[in-house]
Amino acid sequence: MVSLKSKLFCTCPTDYRGKPPNTNICPICTGLPGALPVLNVKAVEEGLKIAVALHAEPSSASYFFRKSYFYPDLPKNFQITQYDKAGGVPLAHDGYYTLKKGKTIRIERIHMEEDPGRIYYEGGRGESRFSLVDYNRSGIALVEIVTSPDFTEPGEAREFLELLQKNLDEIGINVSEYEGSVRCDANISYAGGERVEVKNISGATEVEKALRYESVRQRNMATRGVKIRRETRSWDERRRITISSRSKEVEAEYRYMPEEDLPPVSLNQAIIKNIALNMRGSFEDRYRICTKYGVGEEAAKRLAGDPALYTLFMSIVGASGMDASRVGNVLANEFAFVVKKHNNPSLSGDISSLETIIRAYISDGDRSRFISATYSWISGIPVRAEEYKPKVDIDALIDKTLEKEIKNIGNLEGKRRLDYLMGQILKVSSQLNRKELYIKLQKKLEELG
Amino acid sequence: MSSGIISKGARQLVDELQRGSLEASEVFETYRKRINEFTKLNAFITSLEYKPNARKEGSIYGLPLAIKDNISTEGIRTTCASLMLKDYMPPYDATAVAKLKAAGVSILGKTNMDEFGMGSSGENSAFGPTRNPWDIERVPGGSSSGSAVAVSARLSPAALGTDTGGSIRAPASFTGTVGFKPSYGYVSRYGLIAYANSLEQIGVIARTVDDVALIFGVIRGKDRFDSTSTDAKPLSNNESKLPSGGHFRGALLPQLSDLVSKDVREAFDSSVAKLDSQGIGFAEEKVEELELALKSYYVVACCEATTNLARYDGVRYGPVADPSRDWKSAISESRTMFGKEVKARIMLGSYMLSSGYYEEYYLKALYIRRNLKLRLLKLSESYDFIYTPTMPVLPWKIGEMIDDPLQVYLSDAFTVIANLTGAPAISIPIALKKGLPVGGQLQGRYGEDDRLLEMAATISGLLKFRGEPSI
Repeated sequence: MVSLKSKLFCTCPTDYRGKPPNTNICPICTGLPGALPVLNVKAVEEGLKIAVALHAEPSSASYFFRKSYFYPDLPKNFQITQYDKAGGVPLAHDGYYTLKKGKTIRIERIHMEEDPGRIYYEGGRGESRFSLVDYNRSGIALVEIVTSPDFTEPGEAREFLELLQKNLDEIGINVSEYEGSVRCDANISYAGGERVEVKNISGATEVEKALRYESVRQRNMATRGVKIRRETRSWDERRRITISSRSKEVEAEYRYMPEEDLPPVSLNQAIIKNIALNMRGSFEDRYRICTKYGVGEEAAKRLAGDPALYTLFMSIVGASGMDASRVGNVLANEFAFVVKKHNNPSLSGDISSLETIIRAYISDGDRSRFISATYSWISGIPVRAEEYKPKVDIDALIDKTLEKEIKNIGNLEGKRRLDYLMGQILKVSSQLNRKELYIKLQKKLEELG
Repeated sequence: MSSGIISKGARQLVDELQRGSLEASEVFETYRKRINEFTKLNAFITSLEYKPNARKEGSIYGLPLAIKDNISTEGIRTTCASLMLKDYMPPYDATAVAKLKAAGVSILGKTNMDEFGMGSSGENSAFGPTRNPWDIERVPGGSSSGSAVAVSARLSPAALGTDTGGSIRAPASFTGTVGFKPSYGYVSRYGLIAYANSLEQIGVIARTVDDVALIFGVIRGKDRFDSTSTDAKPLSNNESKLPSGGHFRGALLPQLSDLVSKDVREAFDSSVAKLDSQGIGFAEEKVEELELALKSYYVVACCEATTNLARYDGVRYGPVADPSRDWKSAISESRTMFGKEVKARIMLGSYMLSSGYYEEYYLKALYIRRNLKLRLLKLSESYDFIYTPTMPVLPWKIGEMIDDPLQVYLSDAFTVIANLTGAPAISIPIALKKGLPVGGQLQGRYGEDDRLLEMAATISGLLKFRGEPSI
């Protein structure tokens, strides 16, 4: 993820490109003895942004595992990843993505892991006397997005990747800025044959080419009656062919185990709300998030269609814990009405004051006070929070209490009865004006006789 | 004068250094001389020359300390007592070391140990076995063997050790010193070369509980480089100061008593009787979950070790294998440098993590570990501490158990409990038997390290153990 400033588990910068070998490293990303990983929390946020964009369900916590295998570019000889096994806990799962013609591609899971270093063969793989390793890239955060086998056409895979890239750019992940920030493993099986995986293809166009080549190759094999084996192949961009990487495909033994150096990070609603808030998503994204919070269709359309209004909505919902659907409706209706009436001023007032006003309105429904307060707020007149304490309907409260206490006050007379009821009511609502309550209660009791 | 310095504990040295009646260089040189005098104990892998610490305002300025050789020290070779790292020079200090340096400590040297912390006797070192100053034919306990011997033989006022399954407490028990493993997370592990990362902690070996508390106070605390480190206050509200005279209650664990030798049993029972007569209540508690504790400890430790030690491949540091060969054989050849015990544990761990066996061993061990934790948490509602012998036997002769590794594993039965649960535990000397020290172990509640240290100080005071090896 090049949108991040630092690597996944250390503070080394992510702009490793063009630097001399092994100059963008530290004890953590070179796996020195005793070094420990520390999670870059920003990476989790960016991962969640991608999850939101792909309509995926974030997990309640983020876990990391160790995936063990020996390879010279892997400093610890295990990779820290959120993937443990099929059915494990990814960052997010069960999303979808819609192609232009309306076809839906299911997203199975989204998880993060660290990138290994890079092996460098001087003069090419066959020529070099040494395998040199450059760890500048080691520890960069990778996000892996796994789709279901829903593509029926190589062109669909290309379209998906192109749209996805555009979308990720829009939400600030900037995948198009650098060569090779999108890498792809494409799986293809022809007419019920075994699955063949083409690994490490860079970019959408190459994916389409590789898949076209593979489908022709597999079809030819099928017509000749040759059985297609399950295997891993690689795409040679220059020669435009796929090459078999391993002769036999055995299920590799990765000995997954929990990474105990990284305690699970809880991904609570507040964090996810906050991420959704900061996303520069499309109208569809905003609309989807509004409806997810229970805002009605019409109101959601209005909020999604007005980025300023949408931002207010997300800020208040993110910060206050108020009923999101009611906040959304108030903003899209009464609030938007006042804003429009006053020629759409910039909505830059203090969020907590607006929150106070809306909270009061939701609890007492005093529309005229809400409208005048909103006018003050958009005009930049300071709102005094104490004026917007939700009003309590004293009469209703007295009636309710009497109904509940009717059995208990039978034995009490005069002032004792009055005091008892005062006590009960103040227990529920302690900030009431006592004198006003006393007079009203007295009157009510007189009426009842 | 110099014998005067040797006889002073860490706290006393610090007081006199601060008053100016002692010089930092004088203290260091006195110990340095002794280290050179007693090389036959093989306590140090690397001993250092005096390097003045500029932090004169540091809280323990001038105190010289020994550091176990699996704790990273910038520019001082850190070997883990392994050929694999025999020339490894860390480019950074472990957080605990950085804190000691900032408090004014000068490092006397790096102490011998069982390779990568794997061992309970101090015999598994590529630099030869450490010897017990009470009887130089006997083992000093491990894996922090050199740190305990340095403190016991007065080659250092105190030392840092590490404890994965008893590696601080076992050698403290065998050498008549005090060894403390803090609650998991209370001392940063950054720079501690990992053996089993969910179990191990850096801790302190010293002559008295008070000296342990002094050093612990310097190295404890949350560290942004270790995500598992914490400053959290304990959850229980029982944190109040202990009643004077020590009216607290200890739980005894009858289950594991079969493992305890006659000598240790006698020493332990008489300590219980003595403490009981002084107002400390004891009761026996059957804890079924203990039956499988040791086994689950070795499963978890080996599984974690196999991944933690995977990085030693000779690519970035360590012995460089012939680079003209293909990397697979080069890496395999580099890894033959591990000692026998390390290889055994790596292989066991790899086996137990592989598919098909993972559920059989590793997951089961985690399950047992969790149940033990819950059970002891429950137990701690009725008791202030759990009291056991630290080691079930007296120190054995060097080489005596070499063909019986399982017997050696059994000697960890009492100490692994605290590593599995994360609770703090301390070993204090309680008696001499046949001229050899016996240690008693107090295990406290998670996060209540200060309270455990207070109790240990009270109990030490009541038991009045005095003794020093005559070397």
